[in-house]
Amino acid sequence: MTTEVGSETEVKKEPEKAEQPPATATAPAPQEEPVSEAKPEAEPAAEPAAEPAAAEASAATDTPASEEQQTSESEQAKAEEKTDKKEKDKEGGGKGISRFLPPWLKRSKSQSQVGPKENAPKEGSVEAVKEEEEKEKDKKEDEAAEESKVDGEQPVQASTADQSQEQKEEVAEEAPPAEEAKADNKEEEKHSIGSADTQPAKEEKGEDSQEKDTEDAKPENGVEEGEEAKKEDEPTDKADTSILSPLRLTKKIKMVMCQVTMLDGSQFPCEVEKRAKGQYLFFKVCETLNLLEKDYFGLSFKDNTDQTCWLDPLKEMKRQIRNAPWNFSFNVKFYPPDPSQLTEDITRYLLCLQLRQDIASGRLPCSFVTHALLGSYTLQAELGDHDPDEHRTDYTSDFQFAPSQTREMEEKVVELHKSHRGMTPAQADTQFLENAKKLSMFGVDLHHAKDSEGVDIMLGVCANGLLIYKDRLRINRFAWPKILKISYKRSNFYIKIRPGETEQFESTVGFKLPNHRAAKRLWKVCVENHTFFRLMTPEQPTKAKFLTLGSKFRYSGRTQAQTRQASSLIDRPAPYFQRTSSKRISRSLDGAPVINVISDGSGPEGGKENGRDPALELSSDSKSKLRVQGENIYVRHSNLMLEDLDKTQDDVLKHQASISELKRSFMEATPEPRPSQWDKRLTASPATSLRLQAQGSADDKQKSQAVAAATAAQPVVEIEETVIVEEVRKTPKPAAASEVPEVQAMPSQEPQEAAKVAVEEKKPAREASISSDSESEEEAEYHPQITSVSVEQIKEEPEEEQEEAELNKQEPTPEPEPIAVAESEIAPAPVTVHPVVKDGTPNAKEEAQPVVEMVDDGIVEEEMMLTPDEAPNGYSASDVQGLGSLEEEEQEPRMNGDASHVETEHLPQVICCSEPPVVKTEMVTISDTFAAQKSEIATKEVPIVHTETKTITYEAAQLDGSGDGEPGVLMTAQTITSESLCTTTTTHITKTLKGGLSETRIEKRIVITGDSDIDHDQALAQAIKEAKEQHPDMSVTRVVVHKETELAEDED
Amino acid sequence: MAGLMAGFGNFTHAVVRAIPESLAKEALRMNKFDVDLSKAQREHELYVEVLKNKLGLEVVELPADESLPDCVFVEDAAVVCGDTALITRPGAESRRKETEAMKKALSDLNLNIVEMTDESASLDGGDVLFTGREFFVGLSKRTNQRGAEILADAFKDYAVSTVPVLEGLHLKSFCSMGGPGLIVIGSSEHAQKALKIMQQMSDHRYDKLTVPDDIAANCVYMNLPSKGHVLLHCTPEEFPESAKVFEKLKDHMLIPVSNMEKVKVDGALTCCSVLINKKTNV
Repeated sequence: MTTEVGSETEVKKEPEKAEQPPATATAPAPQEEPVSEAKPEAEPAAEPAAEPAAAEASAATDTPASEEQQTSESEQAKAEEKTDKKEKDKEGGGKGISRFLPPWLKRSKSQSQVGPKENAPKEGSVEAVKEEEEKEKDKKEDEAAEESKVDGEQPVQASTADQSQEQKEEVAEEAPPAEEAKADNKEEEKHSIGSADTQPAKEEKGEDSQEKDTEDAKPENGVEEGEEAKKEDEPTDKADTSILSPLRLTKKIKMVMCQVTMLDGSQFPCEVEKRAKGQYLFFKVCETLNLLEKDYFGLSFKDNTDQTCWLDPLKEMKRQIRNAPWNFSFNVKFYPPDPSQLTEDITRYLLCLQLRQDIASGRLPCSFVTHALLGSYTLQAELGDHDPDEHRTDYTSDFQFAPSQTREMEEKVVELHKSHRGMTPAQADTQFLENAKKLSMFGVDLHHAKDSEGVDIMLGVCANGLLIYKDRLRINRFAWPKILKISYKRSNFYIKIRPGETEQFESTVGFKLPNHRAAKRLWKVCVENHTFFRLMTPEQPTKAKFLTLGSKFRYSGRTQAQTRQASSLIDRPAPYFQRTSSKRISRSLDGAPVINVISDGSGPEGGKENGRDPALELSSDSKSKLRVQGENIYVRHSNLMLEDLDKTQDDVLKHQASISELKRSFMEATPEPRPSQWDKRLTASPATSLRLQAQGSADDKQKSQAVAAATAAQPVVEIEETVIVEEVRKTPKPAAASEVPEVQAMPSQEPQEAAKVAVEEKKPAREASISSDSESEEEAEYHPQITSVSVEQIKEEPEEEQEEAELNKQEPTPEPEPIAVAESEIAPAPVTVHPVVKDGTPNAKEEAQPVVEMVDDGIVEEEMMLTPDEAPNGYSASDVQGLGSLEEEEQEPRMNGDASHVETEHLPQVICCSEPPVVKTEMVTISDTFAAQKSEIATKEVPIVHTETKTITYEAAQLDGSGDGEPGVLMTAQTITSESLCTTTTTHITKTLKGGLSETRIEKRIVITGDSDIDHDQALAQAIKEAKEQHPDMSVTRVVVHKETELAEDED
Repeated sequence: MAGLMAGFGNFTHAVVRAIPESLAKEALRMNKFDVDLSKAQREHELYVEVLKNKLGLEVVELPADESLPDCVFVEDAAVVCGDTALITRPGAESRRKETEAMKKALSDLNLNIVEMTDESASLDGGDVLFTGREFFVGLSKRTNQRGAEILADAFKDYAVSTVPVLEGLHLKSFCSMGGPGLIVIGSSEHAQKALKIMQQMSDHRYDKLTVPDDIAANCVYMNLPSKGHVLLHCTPEEFPESAKVFEKLKDHMLIPVSNMEKVKVDGALTCCSVLINKKTNV
């Protein structure tokens, strides 16, 4: 996506192109300077995906810096532009700024000299900047960030050119000053780094544009350049620090020829740089197809074991395909359950092609009648009305309607084809889809597996959840809302199921996949599908998971909800496309006399494309909006365009420009999960703000909000969270963590400071997690029910809505069960961990680095196991109640008893201990409902893991009668989760307004996972003590300790 | 052109079979009840009458076979969906031959016949609940996994989910469709449990109509061109409480049909006919 933004910009700039080299020329100088300064690492973060452990480690350190800086940079840039030449004042902001300022200034100057003409573009680019900014704030994958950086630059440049732009101002204003300041203070040294790599990117661009055959479609250039720039960065980074020499940049990039098999069976050769990321190729393909609703699609390839894998857009292709040939195929990745909601016919057409493939290959089974019916729609779409003269006998034999096609079937197809007279191709496609979508296996991605008893089954991932098949029978189904966690470990794949109404505990269902890779592939597909279909916005990569073992993979594209929104803004004449599916040579063209003209616009196009109008072509060419390439010819066919034919070239161009404007807005809107242009537009909705808030980088915002809205309580909580985490970690080896809050002066009171600290801390953490997964991971997990408020789930399934509703009544929180708490399934051996932690703790300020180390170590340590754990504390804010739950557990991270909250008045925390009930739980594997029904028996028969569960509840003695009686008004609610190597802390803050009293309830869940030598009691005591210290004004009303000890492990 | 899965409940034909005299004594039953043969026959005649005259279906009446005491329960011998007919392999040995006449009748109607030849498979049509969007197959004393698999093969367009039937003879001994997306379900524990499973297994959403008596939950739904929603259900004499529940269905043309005698040999309303839709033959 980002790339596209870049490309767009590029396009706009086209006229200016000649000038670019000069601009570039200026760049080098500044560029060098920062580089040399940057002694640490020049953002290896760029490559975390590729570089497993090492990269991750460094990523953690650097990324925050670069990212933040980026943000500030762009902000600055904008600010500068705004005030422009006189803006030197900005420099006052921090020393760091001055470092990177020069380049920008220079650049902007040179730019402004150059680019007065590009007014139109500016607007767009400014927008882009905004978007970028947001993205950066949100801190997504560092790669993405990197990209955006690159892209962002262009826009910035462009905008620089025109200072008068109002939009710019807006942008500048938007930049939260606080953030800037912070960035400045904190990341001084790092600024230079950032600018360093920014610079090269710039450089690259200039170069590229020179090298490239310019006349080629501009957009493409843009993209490529962006890519290359990116690429270039990486090597540089790797090269480590200071070497970023211009020479490197000039080096010829290694190009590779990719073959992409399109849905119509044609081959699309595409030359890419060897280090290009998946999305580069993907965008190229989409561009060629003229496809805007691209989020449903993806590129796949066969790995060396001949398994089909999805190409991760954010990772280098090279690293994914490994030794396999550079052959890909373009496929539907997410089958829209209701294709009629797609915006464009071309999207539906492509979906049809995919489905035809699925049907012909047998992947999508259907009955004879259905084969015939669908086949007849295919004929109608491709050939138009049945023509007795032309369509004699064998005209169907070029088509494959079914895996095995009989004469009888073809006859039936023809018979039905005749009945579709008058239907336009688009209508026929729609009919095709309306029928195909009802097929039970529509969009189901099947994976071979064995259940706990070794019986062969299939796991089907689809829009609604996970389906379990034995032979052809569906034996179970787990809708997404029922699934609390998805994980894999070696070749095992696990899903944790939300307990039913009558059940007490979650159950975990385990499946055995053929191998580790298969397990991981399945897991990824689940994560992606869940995110795409069930969430409004993609989940941030696990935050603050310092020591996560395993994959941090998350779906990074848009969700269905987002893509629908984006699509709704598509406003272009339907692109013409040639229907040429089943490799029947040009039949379709001649054969489809496009008889029926039903306002579909298909009429004119038919005639037109035979004799393509040069004017049209020209226009599209020059605007480079429409690529005329290869076999795919897109010709505008709307009436509008017909009129245009009579106009002057200029008019045409204008028209095109406006179209491209629209397109651009679409493109821009698209991308990354982070709140982007889109979200901005939607800002009105509370959802959006929530999302913003919750999303990782928005932390600051969050905090400040909290501060503003609530009393100190919330921010404090934040602090505590961090601190406590630390504490807990240290439990075995007491260390001082409480000092942390000192860190830095913040605008408001201490709590805020603390908050700041937390923020700071978080960032690195997030960064760390950003590094995407390395293939070596043995396991990973994913919690579909995200704790953070950020992710709103799309309502569905009445079943769970009900449940949830009920729960909500009791607990005025958005997410009935904060349970989704992240847990680390496997904790690294505490041994290694602790020392590391210790190092890190003392100075919160430098959190980043220690964190890195931790990550490092953790990863090295990986593979370790286990888990007793525990979790401390809960507190309440003034006049409120808090509640904490402590839990310990292990592999089974779930705790049941979510303490019910009770209102308290500054109760001295009287912690009374109710008898600790000891419950034995078992993880049960239920692979089919039958077993489920006789569950009592099955349970005992097939336990995977035995755990001992102990729950202790401490409650404040006097409880205010009001209890949960009246729900009150929910003002805010947020959940913050942070995880570290062996502890997971989830803080759930709920603010409610009850009869005029504002009440803040903080619920903390800390999960400690570790070896048995952790002294739980001590940890608990420590945690409580800590809590009290941290929140003198709040009281602990409830402490729940839930301890699970693994008794036996029955792995695979 | 009827699309896939259009027109749930549209029927044009029905296949029924007369009651053999042997039914009274020899028909299989879970409880020992004495059946009044003539009453049963009268009952059946009325049933056929409703299909034929009241609803205007084309009824194919197969003659009784004395050697097949249960032959009146034609539903178990075949599952018809669209224009495909799966000839089953009934779980009860004594009933296997019932399929012969059924097969012939159905092929005379030009349906695509699929036969269940696998010796290890068994399936009674009474265990097959077709909701319009998918199949649920009860795994019962009469129906096994293999049978369900073959059914899934025969009707590839649809999801086929299995549901354990722990009590009662068939899945449809305590449930049936009462309309598009409406499952009529008995209130017994096992019925409710089965419903839960079905809901969990389904991608679709179903409404439920709970009736106090399990067997009363077996009713016959049709959607006929001239009549709209039609429901044959239990009489107030048999199940007064359940009948009241049905009476709440305002949009349906409700036709109480007595089934007092046949129920003694575990025959429910759906058991006595195989409904077919020939018109909207795609």
